[in-house]
Amino acid sequence: MLWLNFKRVVRTGFVQFWRNGVVSLSAVLVMIVTLFVIGGLLFSSALLKSSLSEIKDKVDVNVYFVTSASEEQILEVQKSLEALPEVDFVEYVSRDQALSDFIDRHANDQKTLEALEELDENPLGAVLNVKAKETSQYESVAQFMEANYSSSDPNSIVEQVNYFKNKDAIEKLSQIISAGEKLGFVITIIFIIISIIITLNTIRLAMYISKDEIHVMKLVGASQTFISGPFLVTGAMYGVVSSILTLILFWPLAYWLGPVTKSFFGGISIFEYYISDFGKIFLIILCSGIIIGSVSSLLALNRYLKYKRRK
Amino acid sequence: MIYFDNVSKTYGDDTPALKGVNLKIDANEFLSIVGHSGAGKTTLLKLLLAEEHPSEGTIFFQSDNIHDLKGNEISQLRRKIGSIFQDFRLIPNKTVFENVAFAMEAAGRSEGEIEADVPHAVNLVDLGHKMWSFPRELSGGEQQRVAIARAIVNQPDVIIADEPTGNLDPINTYEVVQILKKINDLGTTVILTTHNKGVIDSVGRRVITLEDGKIVRDDPTGKYVI
Repeated sequence: MLWLNFKRVVRTGFVQFWRNGVVSLSAVLVMIVTLFVIGGLLFSSALLKSSLSEIKDKVDVNVYFVTSASEEQILEVQKSLEALPEVDFVEYVSRDQALSDFIDRHANDQKTLEALEELDENPLGAVLNVKAKETSQYESVAQFMEANYSSSDPNSIVEQVNYFKNKDAIEKLSQIISAGEKLGFVITIIFIIISIIITLNTIRLAMYISKDEIHVMKLVGASQTFISGPFLVTGAMYGVVSSILTLILFWPLAYWLGPVTKSFFGGISIFEYYISDFGKIFLIILCSGIIIGSVSSLLALNRYLKYKRRK
Repeated sequence: MIYFDNVSKTYGDDTPALKGVNLKIDANEFLSIVGHSGAGKTTLLKLLLAEEHPSEGTIFFQSDNIHDLKGNEISQLRRKIGSIFQDFRLIPNKTVFENVAFAMEAAGRSEGEIEADVPHAVNLVDLGHKMWSFPRELSGGEQQRVAIARAIVNQPDVIIADEPTGNLDPINTYEVVQILKKINDLGTTVILTTHNKGVIDSVGRRVITLEDGKIVRDDPTGKYVI
């Protein structure tokens, strides 16, 4: 009996979707917009994440050593830094490497290179580039350096820790990153709510057209489940069809925007993201479509379904 | 079979539709209800279908107090009552077959029963050749006959016909009345409301007259008198 009813409900839902072609088309079009917003937010959050990690990657603390510091002393500092739990890794740049990097950087600046040649010896000290696990942890790394190898001590081998120079910029960046993540989340939620309301209203309009039909179904003795089932299936169909169309539309768009996003955001291209994470994107869009379509149908149906008798 | 016990109905704006109606309808009866527009005929039928709630009094269908029924119990009640309306009320995007089959599906009948009974009911109202047409492709008389097929297909105990001939020409009116008489002859109780004097006179069975929500006349083999 249950299976028989289920089969009837699904069959009627499909037939309803097909025969109410114009209503289905308008619901599908509105849902495409909603799913487009959800998909767009998926893409932009992936872009934001990748460009944030790019920026985070560029943040580090550099410890500059005096030129007289021996390699053993520097490696000892490197070891003690690596022992800190906050530190991800420490890169050692020797004096020679620092000089060659400097020359490379100023390859087009003839005057600086000439001035460098005038000097008898390499004026650059070795550098340790310290990478912390989180941007917020740079402060404690810098404090550790200050406590153990204070640059203000005349005997210290450390000439300068550039964190204090960059402190404001790093703090600002940390704040921007965390605010960006929060703002992105809030905007996502607001957009999704707005799109769901628009979809709900479109489906409500579709239900309004069917209200006489629902009344007749009630009069011939159909139960609430038997009436609402096909509408639920039709709502889910709106979701399935519109999610497939949305994914098809995203393909050329991602292909076209891919190179632009890659050069602008510096991280991944959205086309690569679309291809590599297709399964995840497909599931999110499809499930959102089915849930929004069927829940909107149920909410819209609710007012016509109840056995409300006027006293 | 059906009892209206001192039933009154007042709508929200204090308009009384029925006042202290006492009525007993026996099984296999053909009852016609006449009265001016606004006399309370449709309200009486809506109360029987549990579409409205009485302001006072109780209505019994067999042993059930209609007024106490809830949710699915109302659906069960309606499966025992076949309804026919002036505006046909067919489902526009279903074919003749599907419209009639819907009432059987709603009652949980098997596919085999539907395959057998729907063509039978549709042939009974002489629409076998329009089985796969949509309501928009049928005339008013044909649509009303589909509504009758839908009402009888579950073999209900009662058929309610609320001004079923209101939108029909005399020939279709005659045919619909003949079908209703035939249904009654086969043992189903029929409750008919109408404005049509010719219909009442041709049926020649019990007639009650409603005036301002009250039963003012109850004739066992009545004529149309207002």
